[in-house]
Amino acid sequence: MEQIPTTENLSFEEAFRELEETVRRLETGDLTLEESIVLFEKGQALARHCSAALDQAELRVSQLSGTGGENRQVVFGGDESAEREE
Amino acid sequence: MNPNTEQLSLFGPSPQNPYTISQITRHIKELFDTDFQLQDVWLEGEVSNFSRSAAGHAYFTLKDAAASIHCVLWRSIAARQPNLPRDGDTIIAHGHITVYEAQGRYQFYVDSWQQAGVGLLYLEFEALKARLAEEGLFAPERKRPLPPFPRCVGVVTSPTGAALRDILHVLGRRFPLTRVLLAPTLVQGAEAPPQIVAALRALQSQPEVDVIIVARGGGSLEELWAFNDERVARAIAASRVPVISGVGHETDFTIADFAADVRAPTPSAAAEIAVPDQAELRDALQMRNRRLVQLIQSEIARERRALEAQTQSLRRLSPRSRIDALRQRVDELTRASATYVAHRLTLCRERLRARTLQLQGMNSYAILARGYAIVRQRESGLVVRSVAQVQTGAQLDVRVSDGEFPAVVE
Repeated sequence: MEQIPTTENLSFEEAFRELEETVRRLETGDLTLEESIVLFEKGQALARHCSAALDQAELRVSQLSGTGGENRQVVFGGDESAEREE
Repeated sequence: MNPNTEQLSLFGPSPQNPYTISQITRHIKELFDTDFQLQDVWLEGEVSNFSRSAAGHAYFTLKDAAASIHCVLWRSIAARQPNLPRDGDTIIAHGHITVYEAQGRYQFYVDSWQQAGVGLLYLEFEALKARLAEEGLFAPERKRPLPPFPRCVGVVTSPTGAALRDILHVLGRRFPLTRVLLAPTLVQGAEAPPQIVAALRALQSQPEVDVIIVARGGGSLEELWAFNDERVARAIAASRVPVISGVGHETDFTIADFAADVRAPTPSAAAEIAVPDQAELRDALQMRNRRLVQLIQSEIARERRALEAQTQSLRRLSPRSRIDALRQRVDELTRASATYVAHRLTLCRERLRARTLQLQGMNSYAILARGYAIVRQRESGLVVRSVAQVQTGAQLDVRVSDGEFPAVVE
């Protein structure tokens, strides 16, 4: 039986790749029904995770102060604040 | 001393021993040809008296306010240029100066030229591009693939420019999951190249940076010049992570573009190339999701069919049919036995009737009417057939045709 991994901590890329891998494994078949269902549920969770990540994402912008300095978070939120910056 | 040797006299000419025109012209030509400066000349001037010979060679004069020089552009060189100079153009030309002996004049033999202004920069640009290309800095095999989902996009540009605004807008629209790390820098002027190099280095020291955009909005060739700097080109080529260049407009090509892993025509386009589009990703997710449902449904359907096949096999192999067969047999037997018994009963009944009739025919009592009597010992009920069976005083019952009466033996 396949373990259901937590999708919570996966990055978008990891989740997206895992989703593709899950679909691929389901496609190749050769699984018990229980395994298929576990994979199916895992795939759905991954797809939800990816969608939610996109839904909640907001561009975070920071700026290097000086050359090689520490990062400094700046106030660019999205389009409006970027325009404010102009 | 022999004029035929075409050597000039060590002691100079004299009225008795003048030089030939060829001799002196050759001498002058040698002076020109041994002058290193005249072999590698850049000239700027205005074109006049432009003409082309039937053979395709071009002749013109370059002049400034106070002087002029005859120029020759051979057909082979002229053919490499999209446009030939026209009278009135100010051009910058490269070539060498030597003497055309037949006409006794020195001429500038042009091997490359550009319109003045952009021309010189352009030639420098071409020279640097050729040198770096020769070195392999732009080789296709050096180009690295871009990460499909960058965690962090490093941006080298002016913190106040339109390029940054455009980049942030596109990144935010397409893939807001990414982080942006801006390395602010001047993007024009003499200070710009070292700053751009430093910004590139600073971003590479940040481990989360997966890809770098080097960008500048549109401008004149001079304004974009920092991106034609050799140091910038080398820093881009040496970058730890892939670099996307987005400098100027579509038509602007810089050395940075050639050194970058991917050249984008504009800053916005660079941002588009740097990250995937969430609209496409959402489509892809939906497609995967549909595929998952489809797969699991077909899997369940397949399992159901398999189950049905097994059920059918089980049904076929079940003892039920044998039980049914046996039950029917029992039923048959039951019915058969009932018939048999009934038959037997009928038979018995028939026999009984026959016997009864027979008995009636043989009825012993009928005989009594003829005067016979049946005598029985009262106690035993035995029919008395012999005198030996009775003693005096024995009680008997005597049966006659119409009844019975008791008797005692005397």
